[in-house]
Amino acid sequence: MASSLPQGEQALDQSVKPKQPSKIAEFFSNLSRSWTGMLGFSIIILLVLLSIFGPWITPYDPEHAEFGKKLLPPMTDGHLLGTDQLGRDIFSRIIMGARVSVIIGVATVCIAGLIGTIVGIIAGYFRGWIDIVLMRIVDVQLSFPFILLVLVINAIIGTGLRNIIISLAIGGWVIFARVIRSEVLALREKEFITSCIATGVSRLEILVKHIVPNLFTPMIILASLQIGTYIIAEASISFLGFGVQPPTPAWGNMLNEGKDYIFSSWWLITFPGIAIVLTALGVNLFGDWLRDTLDPELKGE
Amino acid sequence: MLDFIIKRFLQVIVVVFLALTVVFFLIRLAGDPTTLFLPPDAPREQIEEYRELLGYNRPLYVQYGDFVSSAVQGDFGESLRSQEDALGIVLSRLPATFQLAISALVLALLIAIPLGVLSAYKRNTVFDRIGVGLTVVGQAVPSFWLGLLLIFFFAAQLKVLPSGGGGTPVHMILPTLTLAAYSVARFTRFTRSAMLDVLRKDYIRTAKASGVPTMRLIMRYALRNSLIPIITLVALDLGVLLGGAVITEVVFSWPGVGRLLMQSLMNRDFPIVLAGVFIIALIYAIINFVADILYAYVNPQIRVK
Repeated sequence: MASSLPQGEQALDQSVKPKQPSKIAEFFSNLSRSWTGMLGFSIIILLVLLSIFGPWITPYDPEHAEFGKKLLPPMTDGHLLGTDQLGRDIFSRIIMGARVSVIIGVATVCIAGLIGTIVGIIAGYFRGWIDIVLMRIVDVQLSFPFILLVLVINAIIGTGLRNIIISLAIGGWVIFARVIRSEVLALREKEFITSCIATGVSRLEILVKHIVPNLFTPMIILASLQIGTYIIAEASISFLGFGVQPPTPAWGNMLNEGKDYIFSSWWLITFPGIAIVLTALGVNLFGDWLRDTLDPELKGE
Repeated sequence: MLDFIIKRFLQVIVVVFLALTVVFFLIRLAGDPTTLFLPPDAPREQIEEYRELLGYNRPLYVQYGDFVSSAVQGDFGESLRSQEDALGIVLSRLPATFQLAISALVLALLIAIPLGVLSAYKRNTVFDRIGVGLTVVGQAVPSFWLGLLLIFFFAAQLKVLPSGGGGTPVHMILPTLTLAAYSVARFTRFTRSAMLDVLRKDYIRTAKASGVPTMRLIMRYALRNSLIPIITLVALDLGVLLGGAVITEVVFSWPGVGRLLMQSLMNRDFPIVLAGVFIIALIYAIINFVADILYAYVNPQIRVK
């Protein structure tokens, strides 16, 4: 595990060193002590690299159909993972699918996180009727299964990359709102806040200078744990025929197309599934590690 | 306690009502479905006639009022495709969904509870590592992919089980396994943490010291006392099972509510979508209601809140 460490450390160190070398070093020395965290981190780095440099790595055009070469098994004719029912290279499609997953995961977590955090801060800081109204909305939404909610919204507003992100964000903001609200409520009772109030610091200043900075840790923990949920949800919905549409390669719609060939060509349903599992595993392992490290009180549930 | 029950019950009604309202407006915002049932070159008069027939030409609030007043009486309109009563179609699919969900739930509990108990009792040993490892991996495997793998091995390769459809007990095996696996990971985690809480208690140490046999210690002393938190957590988690059931039904062409909902979304058969959302929201709300009551019964602090 430790052998893969120095490279990443060096690269990151060089870019950020002038500011805070100690924090980066601390991060990696913490990370190197947990092999699960390290594994998760490595998978995430690999995913990010694939999604950035995908177009230059793919051996073939992922959307180029070649009927003469359809359903080739893995390791034939220069196709590492074989070809699909239209003769497209599966390896190239999986690499480009990584980009779709990363975009959806990151974009959703940003939008849902931003909306949810703002709502959570408003509800928790101002209390009163606005808190009651906002939390009632959250309760109502949480009492409908997440995946079904996203599915119904996506089926109605329409498919495609943009609409699946919107659907996931509509389904996802409530978790952030609820968690951030309870964090704000807890912070309000802390001594450093009450003494601010006592010394006459303005409400806005308390909010911006003292409350918001203390929300970063719970936000990052929650975001890292939610990304995996969003990626799996997108794959499920694209598998059901909504979400990201072919020919754009997404792991979910690759499995949807592949399932018709399950009796003849096993590779169509195997590799995109492995990609989803590895991604979800990596993100979850890293998220768990992050939570245990940043918030030791929660360790071991 | 009665206050709490009444309050929570009113909440159930509000939840179901709001879910329907949101879906109703979303559907109308997405455009009216008449154009989907007529050829693209249909004359304007025909479109207008069709819209009038189905009532889509009236103002939105009138349509909404109309929808609410008939929905309260259990009338969600007719299917746009088959002209049958929408709610009736959904209800006729409900037994198949229950059958799948309940058998998966039972199977998941039968696997997860022993696994969680073992994992907790043998904490930090190989058993625990395997147990925890399984739950971590299990949470990363999407149920639809597991379903595809099962179809591949048992239907395509070994040819011992059907790949989909419903009717006979044989058809139930793969969907039940798929849906159960979806819950095993989480149920094992619940059991493990509930058992760990109990095993820390003094009376367990005392019982152990006074020579109570291990099996008896686990079953009588520890598991019995951790069952209530386990049951509550499982009940609160049933919504996830319900969501998983929809996907599993589609993978295995299981003739339940989930697959019906999916097909209706594809066909834009909105009366069925609304009736389906109503039934799912209602079931989910009732499950949450029961779980909350159970939780409040076990944990009196909740009632005061």
